[in-house]
Amino acid sequence: MWDVLTWAAWVISAVLLLWMLWDFMSVNLKFGDDVLLSSREGVDDLFGDGGHAVETKGN
Amino acid sequence: MSLDIAETQSQPKQLQLLKVLGPAHIWALGVGIVLVGEFMGWNFAVGKGGALGALIACWVIGLLYTCVAMIDSEITSTVAAAGGQYTQAKHMIGPLMAFNVGLYLVLAYTMLEAGDVQVAGQLIQIGAQNFGYTIPWQPFTVLCLMALAFINYRGVFMTLTVNFVITAAAFASIIILLIGTQPWNPGAVLLHKELLTGLPYGWIGVLASLHFGIWYYLGIEGTCQAAEEVRSPGRALPMGTMLGIITLLIAAALTWYICCGLLPWEYLGWDNELAPLYDAARMLGSPFFTVLLFVGTLLSAIASANGCINDASRAWFSMARDLYLPIWFGAVHPRYRTPFRSIVFLIPIAAITFSILSGLLNYTFMPINMFKFRSMWPVGSIKRGFEHPFHPLPSIVLFTLCAVTFFAVYLGYGRQLLAMMAFYIVASCWFAFHRYRYVKRGDQFTMPWPRPVGY
Repeated sequence: MWDVLTWAAWVISAVLLLWMLWDFMSVNLKFGDDVLLSSREGVDDLFGDGGHAVETKGN
Repeated sequence: MSLDIAETQSQPKQLQLLKVLGPAHIWALGVGIVLVGEFMGWNFAVGKGGALGALIACWVIGLLYTCVAMIDSEITSTVAAAGGQYTQAKHMIGPLMAFNVGLYLVLAYTMLEAGDVQVAGQLIQIGAQNFGYTIPWQPFTVLCLMALAFINYRGVFMTLTVNFVITAAAFASIIILLIGTQPWNPGAVLLHKELLTGLPYGWIGVLASLHFGIWYYLGIEGTCQAAEEVRSPGRALPMGTMLGIITLLIAAALTWYICCGLLPWEYLGWDNELAPLYDAARMLGSPFFTVLLFVGTLLSAIASANGCINDASRAWFSMARDLYLPIWFGAVHPRYRTPFRSIVFLIPIAAITFSILSGLLNYTFMPINMFKFRSMWPVGSIKRGFEHPFHPLPSIVLFTLCAVTFFAVYLGYGRQLLAMMAFYIVASCWFAFHRYRYVKRGDQFTMPWPRPVGY
């Protein structure tokens, strides 16, 4: 039984890795970097929509 | 949840990480990374300073991490962005500090993750040996790594919900073991009176034990990495982090109490099985407790690796988004809203000692960061999610304890400490003389705050 489990571990690992690589490639082909890299560090819920925001920005 | 969003937003214009986490997820992230340290690692503090030395290390390092949790709760609930201490350093101190802090985070978490999955594979190997079978550990280590990378890839909500369940189960195994040792009946099972033999190496041994006392709590500061993905940073981050450190203080004390009451310090300090709680359970002679602690140890290693994949990828992603690293890593998956390129890139191999040292450098930065935060934006000048009490006492205590612990590390691992410092100096030169030219300096400050005092 342990031999079967050992082989099953290799097979499941390979399937998971291949799925991730397939999805990774398909997303990179389907979407441009203008979409994928559009994330911005920003305002959070604590401050609402900018809240008492930015009269002036430091630094 | 991520699937629904994908269906309703097939052509997204701007991708952000999903804000779906609550206090329980934050608790699961922080405690999940750390709890493996109760199941293995802390016992080397016993080898340095004896059982009582390890207890003193548990208290002193517990104080260090309580300060870490208080400081983190205030700053992270206010600077609520992925990257945690990296983002804090960027806002409070400057780019070079931020680059180094980002490296501390990525190296600490990826290396701890590599150690965790290796331990998980070896535990399964030990379990098979107990049934009389000899199997390799590698396939189970690889399976653990791939399965955890997979759920991290698919979404943060599922990742940390899984972590909550397995972390709670691992913590429950310690509580059940405590009950099995009949603590209400001293001398029946627990033999503290016979096994506690003072300080075998005196106070210098106690000092040296501080190094491995860090294992009781290493990683609770990882709660910060989820700051951009919580629904309410002002509530979830302080609540999850403070409940996390309380849980760990209890777990550390119980672990010491159980192990040092069942096993002599000479065995605990050099435990070749690497799992002192599991060995303590075997001393009870009950198959139930043996299996329970075997499962608890395995779950703690998996939870830690899971949290580390989450945190390392957020720190890497955040640095790339600011161009501290190639921006290619700053991509968000349009369907699962995870930093998928960073997750796939960081499937690593390394060593655990480096993890402790990088963590310690991070803690040394934190009191400096706190002083700058309170002086540049005093209480009342900006809206904070949480204000920690007794400032500046926690910062002073934290800085002092970090200095003492560095000395403790130097006693046993002086060459590694110097090698690590050399690595960070070389990396800093690379950033300052090469990479910094690509950083968009005007985009570094993203918080909607007024100008800091003195600027």
